[in-house]
Amino acid sequence: MNPSSLKSRFTTRFLRALTKINAHKPISSSSPGPGEIFQRYRRIKVAADKSMAYSVRSRRTWSRATLWRLRTRSPRSRLATHARRSWVKTRSTRAASHGKEKKEDGGTVEAEELRELVPGGEAMDLCNLLDETAHYIKCLTTQLDILDRQECTSREL
Amino acid sequence: MSSRRSRSRQSSGSRITDDQIIDLVSKLQQLIPELRGRRSDKVSASKVLQETCNYIRNLHRQVDGLSDRLSQLLASTDTDSDQAAVIRSLLME
Repeated sequence: MNPSSLKSRFTTRFLRALTKINAHKPISSSSPGPGEIFQRYRRIKVAADKSMAYSVRSRRTWSRATLWRLRTRSPRSRLATHARRSWVKTRSTRAASHGKEKKEDGGTVEAEELRELVPGGEAMDLCNLLDETAHYIKCLTTQLDILDRQECTSREL
Repeated sequence: MSSRRSRSRQSSGSRITDDQIIDLVSKLQQLIPELRGRRSDKVSASKVLQETCNYIRNLHRQVDGLSDRLSQLLASTDTDSDQAAVIRSLLME
């Protein structure tokens, strides 16, 4: 495996994060309650997204948007999220009206849907959206591959 | 006329042509298992975008499911040997 590939960068970061998560041992040594498992599930999900976004760094709009979203997750920054959303809405109305090709009128509804699925998509014009989506999908499948392998090995042990 | 002007303005120098969009859409089509084999002139851009949305939602669901299952499994395993095993399986490909 190429050590500088996206896959290996993601794997290293993600496994490191998993070790930290696993180090959070409960105070009582009895089996973890559902609340704790849910916490761990949240942490693993965040670790997977964070590791992927960091591995891509700021080279992509979607990874920048993900990192931004992860950094402003705390309740205190809900104000910042609202501010950002209104800024994005202004940009996206401009971008959407520019990127709309006449023949894509049928595809514009789907493009809006896609914009909601791809991080940072709301502010992308159609061209960038398509390009970012392709990269995003490649990264998601890589992420899934590693998660899957981790699950398989965890089951075997 | 105004649409041509606005198109060149928002793409910072290079104009976004219909061909570029078609190109990007067909590139996207190749990534989606549902549509991969089909000829790009047989699949509408609208369909590609639709299937892309479904595919991404599917991938998100899978990540969610795996994270969930991992959270239950990790409690009882030794992560060091886990990691060695994951890395080993990656090196073998």
